[in-house]
Amino acid sequence: MSKWLTRVGWRHGVAVLAVVFSLFPIVFVLSAALNPLGTLSSTTAVPTGASADNFGNLLADTGFARWFGNSVLIAGVSAAVSVFLSALAAYTFSRMRFRGRRVGLLALLLIQMFPQFLAIVAIFLMFSTITDLWPAIGFNRAWGLILLYLGGALGVNTWLMKGFFDTVPRELDESATMDGASHAQTFFRILLPLVAPILAVTGLLAFIGTINEFLIANVFLTDTGAKTLSVGMYGLVAGERNNNFGMFCAGTLLTAIPTVLVFQFLQRYIVNGLTAGAVKG
Amino acid sequence: MTALLERETASDPAQQPGRGGLTGPLLKVALLGLVAGLAVWAAFPLVAERAWPGLAVLAVATAGLFYLYLTPRHVPLKYLVPGTLFLIVFQLFPVLYTAATAFTNFSDGHRGDKQDAVVAIQTASVTRVPGSAEYALTVATTGDPATGPLTFLVTDPGTRTVSAGTAAGLEQLPSGGVSVNAAGRVTAAEGYTVLNGGQASARSREITDLAVPTAGGAIRSQGLSRAYEGKAGRAYDAGCDCIRDTTSGKTWTADEEAGAFVAADGERLAQGWRVGVGLSNFGRLVTDSAVSGPFARTLVWNLFFAVASTGGTFVLGLACALALHSPRMRGRGIYRMLLVLPYAMPSFAMLLVWRDMFNTDFGLINNLFGLDVDWFGGAASARIAVILVQLWLGYPYMFLVATGALQAIPPELSEASRLDGASPWQSLERVTLPLLMVALTPLLISSFAFNFNNFNAIYLTTDGAPFPVDNPANGATDLLITYTYRLAFGGSGAQYGFAAAVSVFIFVIVAVISAVSFRRTRRQEEVYA
Repeated sequence: MSKWLTRVGWRHGVAVLAVVFSLFPIVFVLSAALNPLGTLSSTTAVPTGASADNFGNLLADTGFARWFGNSVLIAGVSAAVSVFLSALAAYTFSRMRFRGRRVGLLALLLIQMFPQFLAIVAIFLMFSTITDLWPAIGFNRAWGLILLYLGGALGVNTWLMKGFFDTVPRELDESATMDGASHAQTFFRILLPLVAPILAVTGLLAFIGTINEFLIANVFLTDTGAKTLSVGMYGLVAGERNNNFGMFCAGTLLTAIPTVLVFQFLQRYIVNGLTAGAVKG
Repeated sequence: MTALLERETASDPAQQPGRGGLTGPLLKVALLGLVAGLAVWAAFPLVAERAWPGLAVLAVATAGLFYLYLTPRHVPLKYLVPGTLFLIVFQLFPVLYTAATAFTNFSDGHRGDKQDAVVAIQTASVTRVPGSAEYALTVATTGDPATGPLTFLVTDPGTRTVSAGTAAGLEQLPSGGVSVNAAGRVTAAEGYTVLNGGQASARSREITDLAVPTAGGAIRSQGLSRAYEGKAGRAYDAGCDCIRDTTSGKTWTADEEAGAFVAADGERLAQGWRVGVGLSNFGRLVTDSAVSGPFARTLVWNLFFAVASTGGTFVLGLACALALHSPRMRGRGIYRMLLVLPYAMPSFAMLLVWRDMFNTDFGLINNLFGLDVDWFGGAASARIAVILVQLWLGYPYMFLVATGALQAIPPELSEASRLDGASPWQSLERVTLPLLMVALTPLLISSFAFNFNNFNAIYLTTDGAPFPVDNPANGATDLLITYTYRLAFGGSGAQYGFAAAVSVFIFVIVAVISAVSFRRTRRQEEVYA
């Protein structure tokens, strides 16, 4: 028995403790979302009743459906395009030798250390002008925000991907070149399918990051219909904190659904991709 | 091998006719067509605004793109340019602009140039004098009735001509697109949305504040349906480069270094203009005791927060990964799935939930443990709470990463050490951990850089609270980034120049720390191989 404890038992002990720590806020959210009263003060750790009222009110009384659509559009498009852009750059840095390569890699790293939102004042002023000239990509428009997010597409992602690209044997694309494939054909037909795991990982990380981005979106989107989930739901509890708590938690659960689905689907890739990127840097 | 690759890419077989399929060229034509279309679309507003430098940049950029993708040369550039364009416009340019702003006095009251300041001072001093002209007023907007920019549509009682006035000035409207009622008020105008009574009352403060500059003074509203043209009490005199009060005769002379009008007795007019102030914003961080003390305290807490968040999540995540890393363990898949659930929850929402779980009166934490702690009321408890939240949010990521890294270490290594008589703990300390650290250090560094500027973690939970009584701008849990945000967008007047200086300062700190740590990892050598 004591041997079992020292070998396996403690492992279960640690795991159970960690699971409890991980789950209790989520159970609390679930409990609040199902709580028929829908207030913070009446919510307990364990669900006391079950009602879908909060979900109904959320969809009927707020712009939740719009915010959800906006978030999925903005996060989806900017994640997909940014993965593509950094894959292009990572391919160059991994496979080609050219003047300015070292400088380019270092510059990417350095610029990334100045997070985009530190320049929020400059971005605000810049987009004031853009809104005057081209309202279609100005404030309160999804496309403007997507363009802005794409400014940070290169950088960390490129480094992560370059590390993974380096692990793919060069002989593969060299032989393709010998067979008459152009560099573009080599990239799209040979290399991209082989690096699918890292594409999935960076795509998911970018998606989660954009869904959660609050600062820039808060400055950028002020019309109710244009808001993303983070901005809209923050507004929900900014004023009527206690009363809207149930609705807010219902929204939290709904927001998690797409991420959890994708996450479960890609779990194997994520573990492998993250580590491969880290080890081969 | 490298040389071979270079030769191959340089000769670029795809660009020679007769090689490859048709899809490639067709796609290229379509994409370049899209670029041309976008350029034309972007050009129209620039032409309308007569923004010739902007138009020139657009033309050169478009021509450059066409050249790049139609020539067989410059292969690396073909792949780098798309991402780099975004990087330059939306990242590099704002960063440089921020750096430039850090050397100015840009703030509320110092927004535009000197001309703007003079106009603002003159319009603000407008008072009604007997016999001044009166107009029928209609409030309209060019955008959304609740938020769009306001415009005064005023009808001249004598000539019945209608003009549109904004803070930029007065402009006469062509009579064709306007309908005026019997009382002389505008009921509809082409290109404008007329505000109804309710909408106008809701914005009455903005309406009262709006002054339309005219030659001798300004047009201001009186109620929601009448406007008058008043005379400026203060006027700019180019002769002495000063502002003169027409009744008292007092003068404020322009001080080009401070960007303000200053009277002989030292009084400054609130409205100034933007000038370069050199290093004084940075100097304030170091020398102004009202600023430097709280700033240094924030910096120390910021460093501690980043180290504690990164280190704490790493230790916790590693412990869980080690516990689950055993073939004897049953149910690993289920444990793993439940452990990483926090990572899949939307973090912005969970931060707000945690804020409420720390609520003193009906928060879950106090209820569950029978406590009565005012968590966000005291500096120490607020800091503990914030780091606890970070642990919860961040450790699943570290757990995932550590699990992956553990799986990448060949099990033969620990077996060999066990055969040599090492205890499990020794084998972990001497073999597994060093190998893990090689793999994970780069991730720890980027996690540190992320947490150093973790805006959401503070803004959505404590929002910097608790604040000392004497300084409502700089709280105990404030990070530099939330402090900067409050400086720039907070209620007590925007200080863009100073906020930009703090941003630059943050950048330097993060860059130095990261550069030193990167240098210490062997990763660097591999990258440049």
